[in-house]
Amino acid sequence: MTNFTLVVNGHNHVVTADPDTPLIYVLRNDLGLKGVKLGCGLEQCGACMVLVDGKAEMSCSAPAGSFVERPITTIEGLGTADDLHPIQRAFMAERAAQCGYCIPGMIISTKALLDKNPDPSEPEIRAGLADNLCRCGTHGSILKAIKRAAREINT
Amino acid sequence: MSLSPSLIRTPELDAWIKIHRTGRLTIATGKAELGQKIVTAIATIAAEELDVDPARLTVITAETGVTPDERYTGGSNSMEESGTAVRQAMAHARKRLLEMAALELAEAVGNLIINDGTISGRSNDKRITLWALMGGKSFNYTIDEEIAVKSPDAYRIIGKPVTGLGFAGLVCGTTAFLHDLELPGMVHARALRPPNYLAKLMDVDDRSVRAMAGVIAVVRDGSFLAVCAEREDQVVRAASKLRRLARWDTTERLAANVNIYEQLKSNPRQSLLVVDGVPSDAPVPPQDLGSEQRKTLSATYLKPYHMHGSMAPSAAIARFHETGNLEVWSHSQGVYPLRSALANVLGMAETQIKVTHAPGPGCYGHNGAEDAALDAVLVARAIDGRAVMLKWERDDEHAWEPYGSAMRVEMKAALDGRGKISGLSHDSYSDTQVARPGADGGFSKLLPAWYLQEPVAPPKPQPNRAPHGGIHRNADPIYRIANKRIVKHLVEALPLRVSALRALAAYANIFALESFMDELALADDQDSLDFRLAHLDDDRARAVLEAAAKTANWRGRANAEGAGQGLALAQYKNQKAYAAVVIDLRVDDSGQIDLQRAVIAADAGQVVDPEGLRSQLEGGLIQAASWSLKEEVTYDSGGITSRDWETYPILRFADVPTLETVLIDRPDQPFLGSGEATMGPTVAAIANAVFDAVGVRLRQIPFTPENLRAAAAA
Repeated sequence: MTNFTLVVNGHNHVVTADPDTPLIYVLRNDLGLKGVKLGCGLEQCGACMVLVDGKAEMSCSAPAGSFVERPITTIEGLGTADDLHPIQRAFMAERAAQCGYCIPGMIISTKALLDKNPDPSEPEIRAGLADNLCRCGTHGSILKAIKRAAREINT
Repeated sequence: MSLSPSLIRTPELDAWIKIHRTGRLTIATGKAELGQKIVTAIATIAAEELDVDPARLTVITAETGVTPDERYTGGSNSMEESGTAVRQAMAHARKRLLEMAALELAEAVGNLIINDGTISGRSNDKRITLWALMGGKSFNYTIDEEIAVKSPDAYRIIGKPVTGLGFAGLVCGTTAFLHDLELPGMVHARALRPPNYLAKLMDVDDRSVRAMAGVIAVVRDGSFLAVCAEREDQVVRAASKLRRLARWDTTERLAANVNIYEQLKSNPRQSLLVVDGVPSDAPVPPQDLGSEQRKTLSATYLKPYHMHGSMAPSAAIARFHETGNLEVWSHSQGVYPLRSALANVLGMAETQIKVTHAPGPGCYGHNGAEDAALDAVLVARAIDGRAVMLKWERDDEHAWEPYGSAMRVEMKAALDGRGKISGLSHDSYSDTQVARPGADGGFSKLLPAWYLQEPVAPPKPQPNRAPHGGIHRNADPIYRIANKRIVKHLVEALPLRVSALRALAAYANIFALESFMDELALADDQDSLDFRLAHLDDDRARAVLEAAAKTANWRGRANAEGAGQGLALAQYKNQKAYAAVVIDLRVDDSGQIDLQRAVIAADAGQVVDPEGLRSQLEGGLIQAASWSLKEEVTYDSGGITSRDWETYPILRFADVPTLETVLIDRPDQPFLGSGEATMGPTVAAIANAVFDAVGVRLRQIPFTPENLRAAAAA
């Protein structure tokens, strides 16, 4: 166990952990950021997405120590129920969640996509969400939510 | 409609509603929120019946000793059971409240109206709120009869768009799933499953694991092996090490040498004739395809094992109190049956156990939830009273969940001189469709129990005799057919663990029947839509079929190179929601199927929450499309080989069609469950569209390019 500093949602956190611990355990269990979901631990489903350097990255396998000096944003850093991010607002408006387990990862991937490409075409949206799995079959509503978010952000 | 069975089981009005002094109301359902938005529907129904703003309501869900016992949340029964029970209970509450208010306000009951919980009369200005009347008090009333519920013409809420409940927490990541709960002093555990069903633990030198940082205990009981540590990252490391140290006897092998579809035909079985949806002990008669047989067709349809594939591996929390009482948190679909199953294995009284539902990932049936609960209990029992959070890993969920059964369906039919079906036979071969745990006597359906030093074995499956139950679900066509012979075959000694997966056998039976309807129509140069309508008396079935065809611009057979359109219809269980599906797709030269557009038309009786209903129907379609195009649990004699999302691929965003859903609202009709209604029509509509596109009849799921090429070559 060693001490190292992670910048998460704009705050510095000194954590005490083995630097090879997968980032997700540090985020969830040391920093209490339980919106980051563990789905597979194999970088195959995208439930654990966080934003790093503007990109959506999976946090379930990469060692926490490798994120020093790379600011991380989790779903908790996007918005709250009282102050929703436009993407979160769009997901709510389209009711784009059934069980909802995959949704934080979906929203993080959407954020990375829209930051890079504020007006994506449908194929670009599908490609932007290629790493995210949903088992409830909410894809249709999620696609509508992303288009709605893009419209909202662009106006 | 009669009094809801849920109200017969729990007739105390106070079990369903509490009115608080603060102006808030608590409504109870025995069903669990699984992502199907039952909480939104229950709140809407209660708010409508009581005339209060839905925002005043808190709906509490499945918890033993707290909510009514409404058994499992499954079978597309929740609206029909709990929705109806809550509506009827609220009608009783309303009646009592109005009677009380009439005395307070010196007004006749018939003159009273309720507006967001405030009751007023016509003859004076006096008013009183529900919470002033009843706040904190009990009704002390037992419901023993059905009374009139609000008439749809008086609705203020139902029929308008409904605000979905619980979405803010889901989009902000603040909804606490079971996996996210933290109890004081809670420790973490992992169970280590054997390499396959039949392997036995020989020995494990766990000294080095016990010495690891944070490790509290290695728990071993026969071939049940688990490890427990202070922190989650510590238990992950410890489990990984323990996995390398455990030595398993793998002499016994799975019966993988014979193709599953051969086993379904050749293994020992019990065969039952199904008459009007009910299995009978009458001898199975010879096939009678009618006296006039102009054309005779037969075909066999095959469905592999499918998995639930929940997005998160199963988890549970267990804690023993000093009294010896046990507390469990589970994402099970049935907290009361799980309590019975745990009491049975542990030799405890049910009254000593409390099971609380906490949200899990979508389960779509019986997944690993209950097994994880027993895992957690076995670890909690071995340590000192601290709460144990036990989580399965991805590999555990993929390899150990009870799969949806493989099936073989044999169809035979004849057409008469007028192009009508003169007789039809339908034979469904399968393992059991439901092996949910409960009070199983000297047996147990909980996986960990089978591996204990003193194992509690699973019971031998018995044929499900319920109307439209397991293997025979949707085997009985809704079409008018004079001579029908429907036989269910419960096949024994099949290799993989199975239980309830969304739609049970309806998915494979409708695949077979609705593909075969197209085969019959096309063999006689009839249009698929016209052929179905010519055999259909049920007006509601006709209406969904016609609505779907119209919305999708049904064009009939077009021989458009590589582009196809297909339709299919079913009423789930012959008694739940009606759904028709039309699929437009393309097939490329490699045999890859690209779904382009899907249209659903559905009739689920009275619609309470249109968006919730749409999302159940569309979710079912996408999941069924995933099963149909991509999914098959693979295994060899050494065990399951589908162990992650690469070895068991599912549908992704690139594969999803555009969706359009038409809801036919029937405000004067009872609720009909919708969560499983589109599964069967989807697979058949895809197969029918593929035939339209490339002239290849797909009779084996999944419709991978390999299987399509094989079907083309056959």
